[in-house]
Amino acid sequence: MLKFNLLIFGDTGWGDEMLFSCIMTILVSLSAMGLGVFIAIFTAWAKISGNIVLKIIANFYTTVIRGVPELLVIYLIFFGSSAGIMYISKIFGYHGYIELHAFTMGTISVGIISAAYSTEVFRGAYNIIDKGQIEAARALGLSKINTFIKILAPQILKHALPGLGNVWQITLKDTALISVTGLVEIMRQSRIAANVTHSPLTFYLSAAVLYLILTTFSSKAFNKLEDYSNKNQVKA
Amino acid sequence: MDFNLIINNFFIILQGLDETLILIFLSLSIGFFISIPFALARISSIKILSQIVYYYIFVIRGTPLLVQIYLIYFGLGSIKAVRESFLWILLKEPFWCGVIALVINTVAYTTEIFRGGIQSVTKGQIESCQSLGMNRFTMYFKIILPCAFRQALPAYGNEMILMVKATSLISLTTYMEMTGIARSIMYKTFAPIEAFIAAGSIYLFINFLVVQFIKYLEWKHNPHLRFKT
Repeated sequence: MLKFNLLIFGDTGWGDEMLFSCIMTILVSLSAMGLGVFIAIFTAWAKISGNIVLKIIANFYTTVIRGVPELLVIYLIFFGSSAGIMYISKIFGYHGYIELHAFTMGTISVGIISAAYSTEVFRGAYNIIDKGQIEAARALGLSKINTFIKILAPQILKHALPGLGNVWQITLKDTALISVTGLVEIMRQSRIAANVTHSPLTFYLSAAVLYLILTTFSSKAFNKLEDYSNKNQVKA
Repeated sequence: MDFNLIINNFFIILQGLDETLILIFLSLSIGFFISIPFALARISSIKILSQIVYYYIFVIRGTPLLVQIYLIYFGLGSIKAVRESFLWILLKEPFWCGVIALVINTVAYTTEIFRGGIQSVTKGQIESCQSLGMNRFTMYFKIILPCAFRQALPAYGNEMILMVKATSLISLTTYMEMTGIARSIMYKTFAPIEAFIAAGSIYLFINFLVVQFIKYLEWKHNPHLRFKT
């Protein structure tokens, strides 16, 4: 049953290990989200740019990533890129097994998943903006880059904030899946601890509590951000 | 990449299709029928009922599905009282653990979707039900719930797609559905890309069918929108 003495800090308990794994989860989620937003800026631009080839590529990307289980995407990227690099290294005469850095690969795979969702959020946010503003900016003689940075980007960010909050929650929960690749985050750590101490209930419950704390606090933070971005808004 | 290998893998992985489909079908249909009373409880004026459902949804939506699966598969099995009770007949099977975990997960999301649907039914409709002398039961089952379902269809379609994807996690409880088979192929052939592309294309096709099904349901239940451009 529940053994709380296993969760104390120090050599006899797993408390400090769980805390470190929690920090690892936060780090992976943050970097995956950052990477996702970075990719999404380009894919969202590809979707609205009017270039038919770019649009087809971006649509294919978001449809496939959102239609295939996250676990498969993570397996494909983690084991697939490892196999790909080994294939290339064989050409150069190296025949050993190459294991990729788990943190980097975890960030990339979750980032690619999260980018597909962020793309749709950005595209939706762009569509809300009145196109008359772009014309007005052009009439004022603003360059395209200035129009984007000074007029469009702040508004897109504001409209995208609630959607990005949802994507963040999805990303945070998706990082639990990269435990299958060996990165020691909350899920992996609790699995190890559960196997060593033979008390799975204790550790999986504490993992659930840790995730709950993370999601609750981040949704509070996003609410604060939304309030901040809406402070100039005239209340209807 | 080896296309012959992909096609080979494709037919091997297809053998796990019925396991995946059963998981999807069971969890979605059980989840659907549990979600309706849960959604009604969530909006009911009895404070305790709605609070219980609120916290249930809060906990389930705030934790990853993988934690829930592990808690049920490994966690519950470690309790001696569970192992000695009748529940063990279900919980010793990875399949039923998977179904239970998926149902618990989908009920939380579907309840919120249905709540939104029910709350979108306009007050005028409820008032006209009352003025026609309907009792509460008829009002809910003939008017409010059908309207709510129609409103909730697009969001429920998203949830169906999420469930199709969620079944792949059940492979981590040693239950051999499509993802599990794809993983075992990878360990045998050391060709991960070919194995996962084959599995992914099947999931993509299932989701494509789900999207078409939802589109058909929306078309069928929204006759008033049919001829608008």
